Amino acid sequence: MQAYNLTHLKELESEAIYVIREVASQFENPVLLFSGGKDSIVCAHLAKKAFFPAKIPFSLMHVDTGHNFPETIEFRDKFVKELGVNLIVASVQDSIDQGKVAEEKGYSASRNGLQTVTLLEGIETNKFDAAMGGARRDEEKARAKERFFSHRDEFGQWDPKNQRPELWNIFNGMKNYGENFRVFPISNWTEMDVWQYILAEKIELPSLYFSHQRDCFIRDGVVMYATDVIERRDSEKVEKMQVRFRTIGDMTCTGAVFSDADSLEKIIEEVAATRTTERGTRSDDKRSEAAMEDRKKQGYF
Amino acid sequence: METNSYLDMELLRFSTAGSVDDGKSTLIGRLLYDSKSIFEDQYEAIEATSKKKGDEHVNLALLTDGLRSEREQGITIDVAYRYFATPKRKFIIADTPGHIQYTRNMVTGASTSNLSIILIDARKGIIEQTHRHTFIASLLGIPHVVFCINKMDLVDYSEEVFSKIKKEVESFATKLDVKDIHFIPISALKGDNVVNKSDNMDWYRGGTLMYLLENIHIGSDYNLIDCRFPVQYVIRPQSDKYHDYRGYAGRIAGGIFKPGDEVAVLPSGFTSKIKSIDTLDGPLEKAFAPMSVTMTLEDEIDISRGDMIVRVNNQPKVSQDIELMICWMNEKDLQLNGKYALKHTSSDARCVIKEIRYKVDIRTLHRIEDDKQIRMNEIARISIRTTKPLFFDNYKRNRSTGSLILIDEATNETVGAGMIID
Repeated sequence: MQAYNLTHLKELESEAIYVIREVASQFENPVLLFSGGKDSIVCAHLAKKAFFPAKIPFSLMHVDTGHNFPETIEFRDKFVKELGVNLIVASVQDSIDQGKVAEEKGYSASRNGLQTVTLLEGIETNKFDAAMGGARRDEEKARAKERFFSHRDEFGQWDPKNQRPELWNIFNGMKNYGENFRVFPISNWTEMDVWQYILAEKIELPSLYFSHQRDCFIRDGVVMYATDVIERRDSEKVEKMQVRFRTIGDMTCTGAVFSDADSLEKIIEEVAATRTTERGTRSDDKRSEAAMEDRKKQGYF
Repeated sequence: METNSYLDMELLRFSTAGSVDDGKSTLIGRLLYDSKSIFEDQYEAIEATSKKKGDEHVNLALLTDGLRSEREQGITIDVAYRYFATPKRKFIIADTPGHIQYTRNMVTGASTSNLSIILIDARKGIIEQTHRHTFIASLLGIPHVVFCINKMDLVDYSEEVFSKIKKEVESFATKLDVKDIHFIPISALKGDNVVNKSDNMDWYRGGTLMYLLENIHIGSDYNLIDCRFPVQYVIRPQSDKYHDYRGYAGRIAGGIFKPGDEVAVLPSGFTSKIKSIDTLDGPLEKAFAPMSVTMTLEDEIDISRGDMIVRVNNQPKVSQDIELMICWMNEKDLQLNGKYALKHTSSDARCVIKEIRYKVDIRTLHRIEDDKQIRMNEIARISIRTTKPLFFDNYKRNRSTGSLILIDEATNETVGAGMIID
């Protein structure tokens, strides 16, 4: 490689840092949404780079479904402490207790969809005018059309037909009172880019991503963790399985994959060889072909 | 893919343009499918949909037709970004719609591209859209343009048809400023010359589209001559360890900066030397476009967002009166004497439209001087006056310091994309 040529990872890093700094400059009260998953960990890492040697000038917000893996919460608290940033927890349990949302019932009950209400409320009560997140365009068809700076109306809704054109690297964050933006600094990264970057930067991750033994059962071809928060049918037998998670979300809708990959190198080999998408293990996307688009219009991340 | 080789890949951004039914989505589907960038579950989903609709083949176009309304109408209506990688390069595709009312999206997709693929239906040859797309590629300074003559299978893979279209495009393109042009006969549906070399066109000696994408030289697509550092954010740690630290954060828009370089700060004109170029990974000996870094200077100068650090002996133009080409992107026409908010590098200003000089007829490239009503998707040369001086270069010299956007102050919508001439 020539002396004045960036590798693609360095170019993506530079782009993301630029976007994060632009958010800090254009908005009064931005926040970084943090799920404890690898994408939001990478975003927080990039934010650290963007403002070094100063601290990250905004808070992190976690929308906690109450059905998170205990490993995620443990990791989150340690991570936030080391970073020295403020953490805000918006709780879905609170929204349920206050009667703002109703818990789903039955075998496929999940709190994933309820997150939207809690997220929007978290944005509103804290008066955040921009919420950054680790969504990537390669994840899902509807996300492929997101801008870096995605305008939301006062109801937090996304209008895919009325998106602002985004030219060069000039981001238009102008808005009226009460409106806000979602910003996606790693829009242009793929799952592979994220893993390579984690390896190159030696970024720490929750243990869930690495191969381990776990009590699981199989539902509709997806390996699910046998936790109390998922109601099981009699036919769904629990067994110890050697698994890891490709994405980390709510326990009720995050499936595991069979894997022996216990190091970043092995995960990367596995990702390179794998033939299904990351979100293929997410039952929330499978409800209908336009599932993601519908949730996004309502304000889902 | 080897773990190590992945760390040594380049990034190529390209956009695709074509009219409705030119097979653009099919071409992208084909690139993804033949380069094995499609996952089984994605393939199964489109296979099932194709069957349901009664399509003969698995419709690869379904991979890129993202939004439900598009699936219903069967056309792409917005810029969709796609990603794939080969051992040599990572690719970002801006898949842009071709029909007339969405030209603004094409300009958007083109604005960050190194390369543009323009699709031509072999049966139809050059149509108005081809002119429009080529002109936009040229206007937006895309360094490389590849014309894919598609649906060759429907014209019996005829060399004659290909050569005729090629000649027509060449005669049109000579009037434009496109540096690097290529022509490839393909069939996106059948896969000829997309990733795999076609057995049906022995007369074509050139490489496949994928070969071109992997090998075209993109090393000189960034300006590494004129040093431009728009200050994006000022870093003041307010900690004991970095008590007096003042760092200027930004993304280098041009040139190569090194500690010790004599620099001038605009608009104040004060000069100083670069003390350090800092990153979390340690100080750098040099930094160049498009890196995001933080600089410190030897002297304490009052610098804020919107200022620009440049080399003393190579400075951009500084002016409040600016000539530019504008692509209009809003349903409300451009207003002569109208006032707009403006964004240029890290600088925010306002401007007034002083003059509409002419409109460009994108079919003939003629100047239209008697109709100065600038509507959505039209391109015009205008002059503006800004509320404060901008520090800029000609767009052809630097796509970053030469570009700006206009914003409607009432709706906050981005309404115009400007390319600075002077």
